[in-house]
Amino acid sequence: MIANAGAAMLLRKQKGLRRELQNRPNLLIVRIAFLCGSTVNEVAAFLELLLLEQGIQPVFSFSDYNKYFEEAVLDTARLVEFKPDIIFVYTSSANIQGWPALDTSESDLNAQVAAESMRFGAIWNGLQSLGAVVVQNNFELPVQRLFGNYDAVSPAGRIRFVHLLNAEFAREAAARTNLLIHDLNGVAASVGLKAFHDADRWFSYKMIATPEGSLEVAKSSAALVLAIYGRTRKCLVLDLDNTVWGGVIGDDGPDKIKIGRETAEAEAFTAFQEYCLQLRSRGVLLAVCSKNSEAIARQGFEHPDSVLSLEHFACFKANWEPKHENIKAIASELNIGLDSLVFVDDNPAEREIISAQLPEVAVPNVGSDVSRFISVLEDGRYFEPLRLSREDLKRAEQYKENVQRAATQGRFQNYDEYLESLEMSAEVAPFKQVYLDRITQLINKTNQFNLTTRRYMQPQIEAIAADPSYIALYGKLTDKFGDNGLISVIIGRKENSTLHIDLWIMSCRVLKRGMETLMLDALVAECQSHGINEIRGYYIQTERNGLVAGHYTALGFQRSGGDDRHQVFKLDLSQGYQPQNKHIKEYIHE
Amino acid sequence: MSDILAELQPIFRDVLDDPALQITRQSSAATVANWDSLAHINLVSAIEQEFRIRFSLSELAGLKNVGDMIDLMEQKLAIK
Repeated sequence: MIANAGAAMLLRKQKGLRRELQNRPNLLIVRIAFLCGSTVNEVAAFLELLLLEQGIQPVFSFSDYNKYFEEAVLDTARLVEFKPDIIFVYTSSANIQGWPALDTSESDLNAQVAAESMRFGAIWNGLQSLGAVVVQNNFELPVQRLFGNYDAVSPAGRIRFVHLLNAEFAREAAARTNLLIHDLNGVAASVGLKAFHDADRWFSYKMIATPEGSLEVAKSSAALVLAIYGRTRKCLVLDLDNTVWGGVIGDDGPDKIKIGRETAEAEAFTAFQEYCLQLRSRGVLLAVCSKNSEAIARQGFEHPDSVLSLEHFACFKANWEPKHENIKAIASELNIGLDSLVFVDDNPAEREIISAQLPEVAVPNVGSDVSRFISVLEDGRYFEPLRLSREDLKRAEQYKENVQRAATQGRFQNYDEYLESLEMSAEVAPFKQVYLDRITQLINKTNQFNLTTRRYMQPQIEAIAADPSYIALYGKLTDKFGDNGLISVIIGRKENSTLHIDLWIMSCRVLKRGMETLMLDALVAECQSHGINEIRGYYIQTERNGLVAGHYTALGFQRSGGDDRHQVFKLDLSQGYQPQNKHIKEYIHE
Repeated sequence: MSDILAELQPIFRDVLDDPALQITRQSSAATVANWDSLAHINLVSAIEQEFRIRFSLSELAGLKNVGDMIDLMEQKLAIK
């Protein structure tokens, strides 16, 4: 609702909406510090509404206006005390100090860019010890172009300078693990610089943007915050007729559907299929949910001009059941939450029923014109990644392998026999540098198999990896269908002869494979070699982790206190420990 | 033209989140609760959008209370 509202309405109703949304249960508190190069209150007000709608209550701290450098580098007391989870360095082209002089030569220009970038480098370095994720705006193009077109060419041109500075920021962000770039330049460009800026607001309030501009900045910032907390969508669910091809395949026949390059309409459907395939190649799962008979629906993807083919879908539901039933089945077969799904259908009645029946599913108002679908999906920012890991690039394959595994499962006498047949092998070991990215990513997006739902930022994970008072293990699992990658993490904290399990997570794509028993066996082995004789496990209940309520009991822990929402369990090692893993072979425990 | 005050009433109530608020020509930031600097920006933006008018910097600088705002709006709306 907030996401579809206009800036004028939100400004007017901001306080009332905020009051309403704050009544929602189970809001996750996120502490966000703004280092302000301009007045950001309006952006923050919009950001708060957008995040509240997604179940996050931000708590803000603002630096004094234009003191973004001082409060990051010289006088950090306010930031240190605030303990931010995320720090937004909200600067814009208005804050660039080292603009090139008119007589700047080609050979001086790079040094000039480096000098301005280093000023920000000092900020990022200054913030490092806080253990927060730092989000840095890049720079929007200036409205004024003193040299006209030549401004993009001249070493003294501000347009050229901003391009170079943005490229430098990109290089820095790629090299630093705790620095993310917020693409202010992209937001301002998509709004249009003339509609983005308002000179009166700048002179009166030191705001860089119009209300519409502020709202777009807030939406794009909200997408980053959600991504940091793993709240990105994972799967695109597609209707078929008039969504991925033109026409009704059951009526028109498989050879009459509109796809390919012959007509403008066919080209638009082809472009949408290409977009879906691109999403898949970067790790977004694709699924089909269509009212059709399955055999006919499948023929649509055998059309010679179809970009998508059957193998691209992790799940395929074409039948005459209500769509919300099929969508629930898709989520459960893929082992992901309904809140991981985005549903695209040209039919407003189907969109309506999904929105009403399954409010967790994102149902963008794509309209009925396929040429608009891509831009509506882009505006929703559903699949925002922080960075691309190798795991992302392989994910779609891994889920497809899962479907093969499920097919195999039906052929066995019992579940043990099935697990044996998977020929699983695993590696469980203390954190390694090469995996820290993936470990952080997994920690922040795992909601179901997550005993405590603690979130860690990369700098904290690095600190834990280096700290001997922690036993922190990762697990990787391979089977005969493929490599599942790094899918489980335990962080244990030593206190005398007791180990407290601060975090235990596992990816749901390897549920019910016995991986948790192997993880515990490895953890106990580590504990025994460190003189630990008791392990304490904690279950902190959330709306989404009911799956693991019985986790510790199933592994032989004794309940030892706490209330229902915050349970404590104990495993006594002083009487020895019998390893529990049965089906995962040849594991290398280094 | 005095119904501008009536039209402003719901805008002030929404922006300042006070459904019982009664503004008069004499109301100002000094006399109305929650009318802080950010609320002021929101009020100006909301009025500009609602009435499709634009205030200049010098016009805004001269306003002392709601009455001044209404007089200025009457001039602007008459020209339209």
